[in-house]
Amino acid sequence: MTTRIDTRFAELRKQGRSAFVTFLMAGDPDPATSLEIIKALPKSGADVIEIGMPFTDPMADGPSIQAAGLRALRAGMTLKRTLELVRGFRKDDDATPIVLMGYYNPIYVYGVDKFLVDAKSAGVDGLIIVDLPPEEDDELCLPAMKAGLNFIRLATPTTDDKRLPAVLANTSGFVYYVSITGITGAAAADSSAVSEAVARIKRHTKLPVCVGFGIRTPEAARAIAEKADGSVVGTALVDALKNSLDAEGRATAKTINAVAELTAALAKGVKDAKAKTAAE
Amino acid sequence: MNIAKPNSYRSGPDERGHFGIFGGRFVAETLMPLILDLEKAYTAAKADPAFQAEMNGYLKNYVGRPSPLYFAERLTEHLGGAKIYLKREELNHTGSHKVNNVLGQIMLARRMGKKRIIAETGAGQHGVATATLCARFGLECVVYMGAVDVERQQPNVIRMEMLGAKVFPVQSGTRTLKDAMNEALRDWVTNVHNTFYCIGTVAGPHPYPTLVRDFQSIIGHETKAQMQEVEGRLPDSLVACIGGGSNAMGLFHPFLDDPSVEIFGVEAAGHGLTQLHAASIAGGRPGVLHGNRTYLLMDADGQIQDAHSISAGLDYPGIGPEHSWLHEVGRVNYLSATDDEALAAFQLLSKLEGIIPALEPAHAIAKVMELAPKRPKDHLMVVNLSGRGDKDVPQVGDILRGKSK
Repeated sequence: MTTRIDTRFAELRKQGRSAFVTFLMAGDPDPATSLEIIKALPKSGADVIEIGMPFTDPMADGPSIQAAGLRALRAGMTLKRTLELVRGFRKDDDATPIVLMGYYNPIYVYGVDKFLVDAKSAGVDGLIIVDLPPEEDDELCLPAMKAGLNFIRLATPTTDDKRLPAVLANTSGFVYYVSITGITGAAAADSSAVSEAVARIKRHTKLPVCVGFGIRTPEAARAIAEKADGSVVGTALVDALKNSLDAEGRATAKTINAVAELTAALAKGVKDAKAKTAAE
Repeated sequence: MNIAKPNSYRSGPDERGHFGIFGGRFVAETLMPLILDLEKAYTAAKADPAFQAEMNGYLKNYVGRPSPLYFAERLTEHLGGAKIYLKREELNHTGSHKVNNVLGQIMLARRMGKKRIIAETGAGQHGVATATLCARFGLECVVYMGAVDVERQQPNVIRMEMLGAKVFPVQSGTRTLKDAMNEALRDWVTNVHNTFYCIGTVAGPHPYPTLVRDFQSIIGHETKAQMQEVEGRLPDSLVACIGGGSNAMGLFHPFLDDPSVEIFGVEAAGHGLTQLHAASIAGGRPGVLHGNRTYLLMDADGQIQDAHSISAGLDYPGIGPEHSWLHEVGRVNYLSATDDEALAAFQLLSKLEGIIPALEPAHAIAKVMELAPKRPKDHLMVVNLSGRGDKDVPQVGDILRGKSK
């Protein structure tokens, strides 16, 4: 089964360039503004869109993304509304892949089978669930594959060669390499170490490898784009959004543009990267 | 519940860390290799007589075990029913049962070559025990504690700092135990190369619920032997308070396959079960948090709800996964006690027995006050006095004087 993710990475490979992947929290700072922001991303150069599913206890996230989730929850965001957001986005865009990222509990409580049906019909292409390692594949990964959704696994600096095959076994769409041991928004990774890690993962899989955690600037995005099949930026975009809000945390006239402008600058960084050979 | 009764209640978990549907390993990939290492190290340690011998030495001479099983004569007379025994875990070094588990984990950390120890703490008892053993073995110690708890458990914060630990007040979320655990997990994910996470209760990803239970089971094993010595038989009932549930599991586990023994766990009902509380089994349902599936307090969207208890050690919206399973199979009866009931029990035990309990086991005493009078005089009831009340003296003093909450 080919998903929008597979199609998008195939197109980019033909163009010989790396993907730019954005992350923002669903419903941040409110559901209506969030939809407008997400809609603006492809025009600004996002190739793949990750949407965070807000959760009260995001154990792998730093303060920026924790706060984004709480803003969204306070604005009444739920998993059901996150799926509505995707549905709203799909009205105008049937090509840009959408990946939902978050923690398992809201999905478990929603009901795995019902969630997969609803997510698929809303236009979701893939899932990244931080607290579901391969040891828990029965929970959601295998049912998601059966439902035609990609289950994108995180590989980390602690995932050694012995463990990589287990991590990659049921992964599809792409592999998300977490470039540091740490939480989102922490210090940037050393780019030669990233390059080595990407090469190591590629020895085990034909899937595209995207790199995230610690990429904040167009220069950093460009450096990663020269080494990997995609770079993911989250915290920097979430911070740009937050800095555009008023004192009460509400959206202002600047909010959508603030995110779109940074997206465009980061996307340009990725596109300026040295062309990768199509054969790679 | 339509759940088949197992042949033994003591055979769990399975090799994937499941107690029925509960437990598991719901953690970020970064932590997974370390958790597998820990499991291996623990299996090797368990099979190594030198490990057990070293631990027994410290348990005897450093912790002060065995802890006495004390007949609470005046409490028994006052309640007019069951014969009540207190398992005196509050007499352990550091003032609670927490030290039993911390000693085991610190010895494992040493075997694994880890030099930096992190811990979460609610009331501060687990933090104090961790800081103590880190001082004893010369290890760096970082303790995460909710800012609200830092405020209400000042004596323990001061103790941890005196012992050389660094205490981080956690400002995120509800600023209590759950948020301290989130922050400890964030630290661990960041410093995974040199850090050992010393979890304080029978929760978290496999193998933590099992290894904490095993280290705490000394409470139940001693109780069994002591009761045999004094009364020549098994007790008829066991009562213990439950936040995550480590003191309860430690007392209960050796008795799970003794069908004549009635077992009661007491959750914190806070202001009452229809208001803010911390009773996950009474008021929650199965969900996934902090590495395991278990009963949790949450809303219809799966968002974790704020817990409340007068006792910082019970102020947690979840419970250990093995307790969730013991509830579903019906082996343990889970009750709850409110803040006010716990306060009354705190005062009663202080005045009748000259023992000031921590607010946590005061919840267990509160249910003993209900259960004991309904039972005959030859009924032997054991309650786990899991900690002493020194840390609660300022807080309870304020409440009793000003009735401020």
